[in-house]
Amino acid sequence: MYYKNPSYKAFYYSNVTVLLLVSLLCILPMLHIFAVSLSGKSAAEANLVTFFPIGFNLESYAKTFENDNFIRAIQISVLRTVIGTALAMTVTVLAAFPLSRSSIDFKPRNLYVWFFLIIMIFDAGLIPHYLLNQKIGLVGSFWVYILPHLLNVWNIILMMNFFRALPKELDEAAIMDGASSFRILTSIYLPISMPAIATLSLFAMVGQWNNWFDGMLYMRSPDQWPLATLLQTIVVALDLSKTGINFEDLEMLSNRSVKAAQIFIAMLPILAVYPFLQRFFVKGIVLGSVKE
Amino acid sequence: MKNTAIISPSKAPARLNVKKKQHFRKTWRLHLMLLPAVLAALVFKYAPMPGIMMAFENFKPWLGITGSEWVGWDNFRLIFTMHGSVQVIWNTLIISVLKIIFGLAVPVTFALLLNEIRHMGLKRSIQTFVYLPHFMSWVILGGILLDVLSLEGIVNRLFTALHLEPVMFLGDASWFRTTVIVSDLWKEFGFSAIVFLAALSGINPELYEASEIDGAGRWKQTVYITLPSLLPIMVVVFTLSLGNMLNANFDQIYNLINPLVLEKGDIIDTFVFRNFQDGQYSLAAAVGLFKSAVGFVLISAGYYCAYKWTNYRVF
Repeated sequence: MYYKNPSYKAFYYSNVTVLLLVSLLCILPMLHIFAVSLSGKSAAEANLVTFFPIGFNLESYAKTFENDNFIRAIQISVLRTVIGTALAMTVTVLAAFPLSRSSIDFKPRNLYVWFFLIIMIFDAGLIPHYLLNQKIGLVGSFWVYILPHLLNVWNIILMMNFFRALPKELDEAAIMDGASSFRILTSIYLPISMPAIATLSLFAMVGQWNNWFDGMLYMRSPDQWPLATLLQTIVVALDLSKTGINFEDLEMLSNRSVKAAQIFIAMLPILAVYPFLQRFFVKGIVLGSVKE
Repeated sequence: MKNTAIISPSKAPARLNVKKKQHFRKTWRLHLMLLPAVLAALVFKYAPMPGIMMAFENFKPWLGITGSEWVGWDNFRLIFTMHGSVQVIWNTLIISVLKIIFGLAVPVTFALLLNEIRHMGLKRSIQTFVYLPHFMSWVILGGILLDVLSLEGIVNRLFTALHLEPVMFLGDASWFRTTVIVSDLWKEFGFSAIVFLAALSGINPELYEASEIDGAGRWKQTVYITLPSLLPIMVVVFTLSLGNMLNANFDQIYNLINPLVLEKGDIIDTFVFRNFQDGQYSLAAAVGLFKSAVGFVLISAGYYCAYKWTNYRVF
């Protein structure tokens, strides 16, 4: 066997070392920020912290959670993530099922495929989108976070390919028993498609939670911003005048360890769901991208 | 099909209609399932398309698309003669092309190296770590990078400890593009490797067994079995990524850019957004249309090539 060969063994152990270093490199920046957020103000400002907190305290988190603007932003983020994911997944699953039928069983299938393909390859651009949302009254409304994200053609494709890879015998048997399309989808396809649904839900959730741009673009008042937009203005753009937070709080919020705490709070929901859904998504993506 | 031959020509259309009706009676539920997606597409994707016309107008919001003055190609002429616009397109191309190249080479290499690891627990832990940055937004990572890469940040402290000159990664125009490309690679390489890892696990093990009998070592196996088996999926990923040639990633650049590096780091999307904020609607729309048109050609060509060469089909 090749792996008994001494030169391969040398390669193997150096390979393991390199890959371990690479994977450490992927989480060290986050670990550093976490350590800073738990450190005392003086140690953080003097740049003494590496990967372990110095002068451990939770003050930065307490200060952040005392601020009403943050609490409101977190509420909006949670709301848009829950509602947005649930609705987008419904639209995706419902659309993927008919498209997974063959064009013999469902003749207009290819017409629909073209209908969706066109929007995938041509985009109207930022300003026409803005003007449309303005015209239909979504600017300044919470629903601008939900409705424009209902349709994601890529997710429909992944879901459709997953459905197509399921054994045909399943629906033949169900049709024999007189099941309607809705029945086949809800009683047969959905229960066995959990890996794909978990994967796409994770994508949709992350997309909603992380979206900062639509808050900035469509909301006139910072009170309507989700957490990502607030964070963008405070931590990245450093444009504190826009946030409407009073002056004393601002001084407190620009403290380095408080900023680190805010970044970590924004990462937390993703860190919490990710390990549970991770075991699904490799399977989900792989099956979704394989064609028969 | 046999039946249609016997039917007399005069009756055929009527018969077809009946067939259509029967088919619809069987499939109306499928149409109903597609309805939400179709409505969403019509309202949020198709309805904005006529708005593209403002690229050919001197658009004033209070006059609307139909009321604004028609100026033809003037906006496009302005784009290419405007100060700095060629630089913006150039920046976009440099950043995106390098991202496409490294965004293919690094994940493939990583997948090949990871595939060598036989300890499943170790392999899975590495995967858990390297996929993680993909799920963080550029706002979060922008915040982290601003801190970590600042002059007093942890990276420069390491540089000082190693007796290297400190570097302003985000504030030095000669470093900005490198920082952008490397940080994007850092965020995405693990996640992009998933498709290649899947392809690797799909290779028939008999190929390796046979080559071993013939005396091939691991290196020869990699060159003659593994890489050729990966080639089709690499071609697909590469051709589809060509559609991103004018997409250098707005989220990333917008969250990392600052006035010091504007000249080297400004890309089409940040340029459009700035003009939009300044109320230059028509100009911004014209740049956006230029980008969409080029993107349309590139994506269609990419899909066509992927289909021709590897039989890949999106739908």
